Amino acid sequence: MNIHTIATHLNKLADDTETGFNFDCTPINGEIDVLQVEIIDREEIPIFVSISDNQILCIAYLWGEDEIKSELRANMMEAMLEMNIPMPLSSFAKVEDKYVVFGALSINSSLEDIELELVTLSDNSLEVISEMDSYLN
Amino acid sequence: MNIFRKIITAVRGGATEAGEAIVDANSTRIFAQEIRDSEKHITIAKRDLTTVMAKQMQTARELAQLQASIKEHEGYAMQALNQGNEPLAIEVAEKIAELESNAADQQQANESFLNSIDRLKELIKKSERKLTEYKRQLTMVKTTESVQKATSAISDNFTASNSKLLNAKDSLERIKQKQAMFDDKLQAAEQLASENTDQSLKNKLQDAGIGAQQNSAQSVLDRLKNK
Repeated sequence: MNIHTIATHLNKLADDTETGFNFDCTPINGEIDVLQVEIIDREEIPIFVSISDNQILCIAYLWGEDEIKSELRANMMEAMLEMNIPMPLSSFAKVEDKYVVFGALSINSSLEDIELELVTLSDNSLEVISEMDSYLN
Repeated sequence: MNIFRKIITAVRGGATEAGEAIVDANSTRIFAQEIRDSEKHITIAKRDLTTVMAKQMQTARELAQLQASIKEHEGYAMQALNQGNEPLAIEVAEKIAELESNAADQQQANESFLNSIDRLKELIKKSERKLTEYKRQLTMVKTTESVQKATSAISDNFTASNSKLLNAKDSLERIKQKQAMFDDKLQAAEQLASENTDQSLKNKLQDAGIGAQQNSAQSVLDRLKNK
């Protein structure tokens, strides 16, 4: 599995999608390959896909440290921990100063699994921002 | 080397600058080498185990044969004694003593092989646990590095394209607006479709002279006359 296989699959899905969404994928060059996946009409929160030796990582950036109401930071973190297990397929994490939701898949996942992962991650990220907005500026 | 602590320390300490690795490349190589060594040890131990198990089975078989032979000779000795043939009985007894000595040796060898088997099995399990642990730790290091590299690629891309990730609430707001617009369009289309059906039914009814009729000059005149 590599990001180009995923990009080709998602870009040509069009009406054959099983999730009802359309995708627009752009590879980003760097020391390791990253695929920027945009779900049509949700371009503001893209998902970044990278592949390592044994897993496929899908990450959506939620908000930065600077967007949090500082006096509610601890409450926000507690709420995130409590929401972590109920949230399907995704988990919370922090990358540098950004909070993220991410999903890790086996390198042997099917393209359909990856599509479902991306859509679920996107739904989760929208719902999380919507639910957590009282902690954010 | 506790990798988990090392990763936390490195990330907290800001070793997230590009080019600065969590664990230097040399350590990663040493790690990979340790994994390969462990795998080799496990393979060798498994081969040894097979050999020892084969030897143990052979010894057990020989031991059983010796024991059968001892029983058989004991029978012969009894028969010789019953016949009053003491010298023959002594000869058979000597043979039995020799067989018993052999059996004792085989018994000892068998026990020693059984011990080796237990020890090797334990060793293999221990090495396998260690190998799983090494692999898990290496995955942590590699994943941390890969996320760092991916993050730097993503931020470089955003800097290059002169755009930045939006504020979370603004992003959600825009997405919701797009969703609302899409829903409105869908609703408008549905309404339009249903109005069209309504209209065509009305037309049919009117043609058939059923329901409210269009105001014509004649109907206005009729109404005025009736006043």
